[in-house]
Amino acid sequence: MAPAISLRDVAKVYRPPRKRPYLAIEHVDLDIPTGRFVSVVGPSGCGKSTLLGLVSGLLPPTVGEVTLLGSRVTGVRTDVGFIFQRDALLPWRTVRENVELPLRFRGERDPARAKEWIVRVGLGPFIDNYPHELSGGMRKRAQLAQSLVRDPSVLLMDEPFSALDVQTRNLMENELLNVWNPGGSSGAGGGAPGREATVPRTVLFITHDLEEAIALSDEIVVMTAGPGTIKARYPVALPRPRNVTEIRFAPEFVALYERAWADLRDEVARSYKRSLEAG
Amino acid sequence: MSTLDLTATTAVPLTRRTWFIRTIQLAVIAFFIGAWEVLGQAGILDKFYYSRPSLFVPRIGGWFAEGLGQGSIYRDIGITLLETILGFVIGTLLGVAIGYLFARNELLGKAFDPLLSMFNAIPRLVLAPVFILAFGIDLQSKVALGVTLVFFIVFFATFTAIRDVDQTLVDNVRVLGARRRDVTSQVLLPAAFSAIVASLRTSAGFAFAGAVVAEYIGSNAGLGRRIATAEAFFDSTGVFGGIVLIAALALLLDAGLQLAEGAFSRWKPRREH
Repeated sequence: MAPAISLRDVAKVYRPPRKRPYLAIEHVDLDIPTGRFVSVVGPSGCGKSTLLGLVSGLLPPTVGEVTLLGSRVTGVRTDVGFIFQRDALLPWRTVRENVELPLRFRGERDPARAKEWIVRVGLGPFIDNYPHELSGGMRKRAQLAQSLVRDPSVLLMDEPFSALDVQTRNLMENELLNVWNPGGSSGAGGGAPGREATVPRTVLFITHDLEEAIALSDEIVVMTAGPGTIKARYPVALPRPRNVTEIRFAPEFVALYERAWADLRDEVARSYKRSLEAG
Repeated sequence: MSTLDLTATTAVPLTRRTWFIRTIQLAVIAFFIGAWEVLGQAGILDKFYYSRPSLFVPRIGGWFAEGLGQGSIYRDIGITLLETILGFVIGTLLGVAIGYLFARNELLGKAFDPLLSMFNAIPRLVLAPVFILAFGIDLQSKVALGVTLVFFIVFFATFTAIRDVDQTLVDNVRVLGARRRDVTSQVLLPAAFSAIVASLRTSAGFAFAGAVVAEYIGSNAGLGRRIATAEAFFDSTGVFGGIVLIAALALLLDAGLQLAEGAFSRWKPRREH
């Protein structure tokens, strides 16, 4: 089967007005098979988030080719779910209205479906609340429901839980694994309410937290300090279903962490040194 | 051993404190009006220039007692309010439309930026004579002045709100399937709308002030003209009667808009007391 996401020798140059253009990523080649949960880790400023912009079509690549679900990305792709790092709910709409939004854009009216997802992420009692009335974790849940209500087979996540406290974060990570792969049978997605097709969901997850990356993923990709390139890829052979809070103590987890951290450490140090020179 | 009882403490003292503050506020107002009256009675404040409450309050009552007809107080209030509303509505519509256009079209915004800054630098009230010469002493000149006052407030509010709109919100709805017009109707206009609602009270106040000032300078009807007429007869009681009436109307207008603002701002975080 063709990979769900494929990047071929991709580079991205940013040209901010009145500033020097800079190279965010270069020579990125990455194939993500359907149904895999892949995390990208790297020091801050290595262009991790740029990857998601390129895959979703929000950003055009300067060089190279991006393919998503078998077709080349040339504009904004609406067949993916995108969880942004920052709050992305419309503050003037309630949870219900926010989750119904993607259905309305497609000319559908399916209040039952929206409600099902809201209940599923645990926001049933808050369905008619405005985002500012929710906690940070609840807003992330609402964003998850908003993205998943159209049942996309690819989910792009940009440090979605980085603003949450550790406990909330672990809860959300476990819930994410549940909606990605309910029941935990490896690779087989589905089980979402109203999900007709049995195409397993592919996830591309960006984080700066190596622990989070290993706990969640089938594979982690380590990037170099900017301009970002792929430094190493590690398959994660931990069994599923996993409990992210407990898996951190497994010996395989620790071994993998040490190997990947050796790679990441150098890049973090380089990125830090560069930021000191620039500042 | 003392424990904090968080369930009971806040409610009661808060209301008591509110009442206390209300009482003091009323007392300050009563003191100010009383002093005016007493100083006037004692002859320290010359009644010829400063009038006093016991003179202008019955005068206002007399205006309302006169009833309807040509030159009645009802007609004056009606005309001033009509000018205010027209100036406010036209100024707001123009401000939103042009603010949106300039924020969305960078070249247009840049091209007109110096001209708009120049216009905005002019104290708008000096335009009143120009408008009276151009549009005559009827409704149009008052509305025109109100429009120039309201336009810039709403224009800048709309322009800034749309230019500074959170890009994450736009990106998110685009991935969720929004077309260009969906982005406008779901993100840009609501973002601008809340900025406009926030400027509503300021701009309505300016529309009102514009109407009254233009009436004062040259008109045949309205509250501003009423003051100008009283002034021409050295009738300070009539001047103060008009001023008090205008202040009362402005307060009423502001209270109404505050309610409207509250109704439109349910989605916004409220500050805790």
